[in-house]
Amino acid sequence: MINPLKYDNCDVAIIGSGPAGLAAAIALKKQGVNRVLVLERESEAGGIPRHCGHPPFGVLEHARVMTGPSYAKKNIRTAQNAGVDMALKTSVTALGVKGELSIASPLGTGTIQAKRVLIATGVRETPRSARLISGSRLLGISTTGALQSMVYLKNLIPFRNPVVVGTEIVSFSALFTCKKAGIHPVAMLEEKPKPSIMQPLQKAAHLFGVPLFLNTQIINIIGKDRVEAVKVADIEGNIRKIDCDGVLFTGLFTPESSLVSMSHLKLDHNTKSPVIDEFNRCSDLAYYAAGNLLQPLNIAGNCWRQGRKTASFIAKDLKENAHVNLGK
Amino acid sequence: MNSKNCNKTTPDTHKKGSSSSLISADIAIIGGGVVGCAVARKMALEGASVVLIEKAPDILDGASKGNSAILHTGFDAPVDSLEQKCVQNGYDEYIKIHESLNLPLLKTSALVAAWSKEEEDRFPDIFKKGVNNGVKDLCLLSRKEILNLEPSLANHIRSAILVPKEYVIDPWSAPFAYLKQALENGGQALFNAEVTKGRFDGTNWYLNTKQGEVQAGYVINCAGLYGDILDKNVLGSTQFQIKPRKGQFVVFDKAARKLLSSIILPVPTERTKGIVLFPTIFGNIVVGPTAEEQESRSNASVDKKTLTLLVEQAIEKLPALAKMPITATYAGIRPATEKKHYRVIHNHDKNWITLGGIRSTGLTGALGLACHVHDLLLQQGSDFKKLETPVTTTVPNLAEHLPRDWAREGYEEIICHCEMVTKREITAAMKGCLPAGSIDGLKRRTRATMGRCQGFYCSARLAELTKEKFTNTIGVGELDD
Repeated sequence: MINPLKYDNCDVAIIGSGPAGLAAAIALKKQGVNRVLVLERESEAGGIPRHCGHPPFGVLEHARVMTGPSYAKKNIRTAQNAGVDMALKTSVTALGVKGELSIASPLGTGTIQAKRVLIATGVRETPRSARLISGSRLLGISTTGALQSMVYLKNLIPFRNPVVVGTEIVSFSALFTCKKAGIHPVAMLEEKPKPSIMQPLQKAAHLFGVPLFLNTQIINIIGKDRVEAVKVADIEGNIRKIDCDGVLFTGLFTPESSLVSMSHLKLDHNTKSPVIDEFNRCSDLAYYAAGNLLQPLNIAGNCWRQGRKTASFIAKDLKENAHVNLGK
Repeated sequence: MNSKNCNKTTPDTHKKGSSSSLISADIAIIGGGVVGCAVARKMALEGASVVLIEKAPDILDGASKGNSAILHTGFDAPVDSLEQKCVQNGYDEYIKIHESLNLPLLKTSALVAAWSKEEEDRFPDIFKKGVNNGVKDLCLLSRKEILNLEPSLANHIRSAILVPKEYVIDPWSAPFAYLKQALENGGQALFNAEVTKGRFDGTNWYLNTKQGEVQAGYVINCAGLYGDILDKNVLGSTQFQIKPRKGQFVVFDKAARKLLSSIILPVPTERTKGIVLFPTIFGNIVVGPTAEEQESRSNASVDKKTLTLLVEQAIEKLPALAKMPITATYAGIRPATEKKHYRVIHNHDKNWITLGGIRSTGLTGALGLACHVHDLLLQQGSDFKKLETPVTTTVPNLAEHLPRDWAREGYEEIICHCEMVTKREITAAMKGCLPAGSIDGLKRRTRATMGRCQGFYCSARLAELTKEKFTNTIGVGELDD
């Protein structure tokens, strides 16, 4: 494993090893950039696809249909073969001016000075609290991401009969995960009059025997230590109680832009993504951004392509401005 | 953090006194909230053998789990009241001991902010009260001076009283440290041990708990939200009635921290301190609490309408909060009574002291109340011999402005990325003399899953690390079940 504290002469540091980050890393190496370092805070690289145990991944990038984990593995192998350096268990704790990154790893803390930095920190779902959902704080309240990492990485389940909130693509994916894990959702709720994804989801909900309630939202989560029931209300104000042992909040993706929001970089407060120019470059010209951080819930293939495209901008920038030292 | 002197309670090994008793001690403290933990510490240091009895699997399961974490000077406490005395003594004691226990202190200061003429009109009373309470460093700030200090506050602020020594602390590590020190100095603790009945034989109390009988010379009722029920069920009568008062809070993202450095207090009314805007020791900005009377002593639920109103009120005072994401919401229940003051009742004949009605100021007042209990017991003729060289060990720091565990190498891995909680911290919190007794207890000891993603990234790893550790776990089963 690379010791990030001893990594000198870094041309490009990439924060995040999901599809966008790895695609960019591979493309940078192919375009002759010398020292490319991917910083991954988890103990394994690969990003979110690692815990999406279902197809379809890889159609655009590798011309075949893969599950998330094998897609992630394939990306990592390709990156390693291309000569990309990877530092795992390495957290970026602050984005400094002109590409100076503060990092923490079990080996210690320090800084890396990179000529350019690509931020590819991805996206996460909006949890219950940020949705201001009424009710008690209980065990059994989860998001798709948390559910999938429990099921696919740890072989654990957080509930057996949850209510699923949301009808986005990811909600569809959550139903698949539930099916695989032997979890039987008791209802699927959508606040709006129509599901976010039309045909397939409605069919899937039927297929899994999960009743879909439109125009319906949670008005209370009830239980002592663990979820025991939810109260829901429809648009006419009819209230019903649904017995369940969990609530799964799906979708409402928000960029994982905390590093940006805590830094000197400009953040678009509406989208919560960093402000970028036409080259995906941030307000500090040493920084670029790509992937889901920019447009929540691009499918992996789109993130991959955007990572690759951004890599071309970075490579060109480095070549043309090799004499311009943005660093200190 | 080393706990070699720590007596972890193993019920079988502590038999002395009555042969039928599981534990026998000089003093039984019922309730593991901040008050109970502080009393346990004080009396253990004074040389008494103490046992803290808690009905939940961990400390801080009731009123003490959700408060505003402010270390109060007591400038606005009722003049000459016990509350004022306890808050002041508690404040001084915290300042005195916090470094030795590694408890954090964020020197924020507070502004009692007036947004209207009517509120300004009450300032002379507040100054007068402050002086009477011995808080003499209050000073008036003009609008311009306020905005110099806090440029992000809405500019319709009129004036404010600066309370320089009103600070912010960690509401959970403090009581944890108090009880831990009690245990390290010979104290014991029993969890999952609700006290159901008891009898007094003129010398000793025999308390029936769900873990077995406890014998003690004195009982200190620190049962908070259940204080009146405990008095009634065990002592036989009570002089007050708990009127649970819920307070909801909204926590803003750490990015908001740069918008505010002081605690923004409202001009208080008779009933409540009102809604506060304050930085937390963990690096967030919080708005709350509401004051809602309710029947339930345990239902700390939030509701969307109230939370939305809180957010609106916060934005009205600190407009840039409108751009800030919300990290968490929570509610706490204060053990208010039908009267405003602390309900401290000393039953001499029965060796029983009740510390009731300890509300918002309890976090500060606890250490003062503990001294007060000691005084009462002295009056009653107790003659414990103060420990000459008490054990003092530190607790892990969770404050954002001080070095956290991740800054020290060898932590294995970060489990919770939003709050930068290491595996080393989580492992340590499940060991030692006062290990986490529940997932919530673990969260309070480490901050795992308390950050902006609320477990999106880490709850799987946390479920794995805590599997089979607690009665209620994150995972309910395995895939192949």
